[in-house]
Amino acid sequence: MSEEMLRTEHVSKSFGRVTALKDASIHLAKGEVLGLLGDNGAGKSTLLKILTGFHRPSSGKIYFQGKEIELRSVRHARSLGIEPVYQDLALINELNVYRNMFLQREIMFGGPLHILNDGAMRARAKEQLKQMGVNIPSVDVEISKLSGGQRQGIAVARSVYANAKVLLLDEPLAAMGVKESAMILDVIRRLKEKGDVSIIIVAHNYAQIFDFCDRINLLQNGQITFDQRTRDTSVEELTGLVVNEYRAAREGLHRT
Amino acid sequence: MATDKADSLPQRHDPDWGVERRGLAHRVGLSLLHSREASIAIAGIVLVVYFQSTAPAFLSASNVANLAGYSATTAIIAAGEVMVLISGEVDLSVGQVYALAPFVMYYAQRAGVPFVPAIAVGFIPAAIIGIINGLITVVLEIPSFITTLGTLFLINGLTLTISGGFPVAPKPGPVVGNIFGGNAISQSLWAIGVTLVFQLVLVKTRWGMHTIATGGNLIGAKEVGVKTGFIKIGNFVICSVLGGLAGTLDCFRIGSIDPLAGGTEIMFMAIASAVIGGTLLTGGSGTIVGAFLGACVLGILKDGFTLSGVSAYTFDMILGGAILITMLINVHLSRLRAAGGVR
Repeated sequence: MSEEMLRTEHVSKSFGRVTALKDASIHLAKGEVLGLLGDNGAGKSTLLKILTGFHRPSSGKIYFQGKEIELRSVRHARSLGIEPVYQDLALINELNVYRNMFLQREIMFGGPLHILNDGAMRARAKEQLKQMGVNIPSVDVEISKLSGGQRQGIAVARSVYANAKVLLLDEPLAAMGVKESAMILDVIRRLKEKGDVSIIIVAHNYAQIFDFCDRINLLQNGQITFDQRTRDTSVEELTGLVVNEYRAAREGLHRT
Repeated sequence: MATDKADSLPQRHDPDWGVERRGLAHRVGLSLLHSREASIAIAGIVLVVYFQSTAPAFLSASNVANLAGYSATTAIIAAGEVMVLISGEVDLSVGQVYALAPFVMYYAQRAGVPFVPAIAVGFIPAAIIGIINGLITVVLEIPSFITTLGTLFLINGLTLTISGGFPVAPKPGPVVGNIFGGNAISQSLWAIGVTLVFQLVLVKTRWGMHTIATGGNLIGAKEVGVKTGFIKIGNFVICSVLGGLAGTLDCFRIGSIDPLAGGTEIMFMAIASAVIGGTLLTGGSGTIVGAFLGACVLGILKDGFTLSGVSAYTFDMILGGAILITMLINVHLSRLRAAGGVR
């Protein structure tokens, strides 16, 4: 876990007068799983969207595999291997599973018409999902017929299949039942064992993902306030920090 | 489906779960109910039988030619409209492009351009209008309903101005005229060709897939990197050019073109065909073949009622009723599908 994949230095982002992110510096090694925790509005999504190339930082630098880069667009970030899995999953309900998995990297027969090679996409999608432990009835069903866990699994598999080097998971367990969470965590565990992909998991419920992370960063009010390896900290310590944040917020309310 | 089922047991999320245990007749019924194309085709056949029994002239050669010409025009425009509707927009201005293109062709031809290139010249303003519709909708984020309502009046005024309000009658040679819609057969062939080409584009090409993605989940498609703006603009161009094609074919079939021809009536008929054929106005889902059949059914209805002496007023009532009933069935079917009952 020495090779550096991604690093930000003093990254800030303002929307008009609102500063969503202040001076955030994070780093991520190859094969590492980083838990990025924080309350709603703490700046998690903003940081994530900067890493995906969706937002440009107002200031600060981003390094990818040791080189300073400027992420020009989502497309650009993806071409480097930075693959986001959004909370809305960016799946198309009206398309079937394998077409969703190959959306924007379709396998096509040659020629100017861009005719889709459904057979090849179907076969590869099936193989990939099986390998990753994502259980679905068939790759021919429309996404709208699948459960939340299955959709999440497909979205993750899609990103991994795209040769992701850095996987950005935005609240992968949000609104998911125990069984579905278990399937997704199993998918993440398999990825971690292979060690090819670095993962940032954004979550506000840290208890669920704690065991799967190598390191934990805590974002509070747009700032990184905590950076520890998982084995040097505990759920209890994190709880203490968050409780303090709540208390401070309450006192702040009383003051005004 | 069948091959995949072998390696996984039926699960709760499997849409076939439960259906398999019902009778064969029930399943056939469900699949007929599901296939909008099949149900609309059956409706068309029933109507033909009915009208033939009430008015024997219905299936006469001249009436069929009349009927085919009308349906073909609507089907060609409907194909473009379906593409726009699936990508999540609507084009109200296509009926005005229908009149503009043949006028531009006529003036180009009079200025010395041979007929076939002149036809292509007529498509240039059509394409430009598509680009304008698309750019205003995508870049300025104005709803396409408003954008194309604006261009509707704009194009109408333009055609009236350049024509001085008078119809024109281009005189192509017999070969060009017959190829470009001069008779009902060539016009029908154009409609069938356009339908097949765009159905293939929709279900078998990346353009079609991205069109569905754009209309189905705009933000998601953008996040994945689909060029949603480009897709929308492209489909506006397709719709507009097909509008121009329909107008040009009609101009040769009828022998003249009036600056007020087409207009909102043909546009609404095209949208009605699309909707009756199973295309959602909310985007993400639709079929070109369905729209073709929808255009045929509307043509049969209109022509049949005319032959039977039913007034145009009554026809509009029936058309309105048909659209409402179709929408109700669509909504009901999608609820059934959401519940896993129909695939």
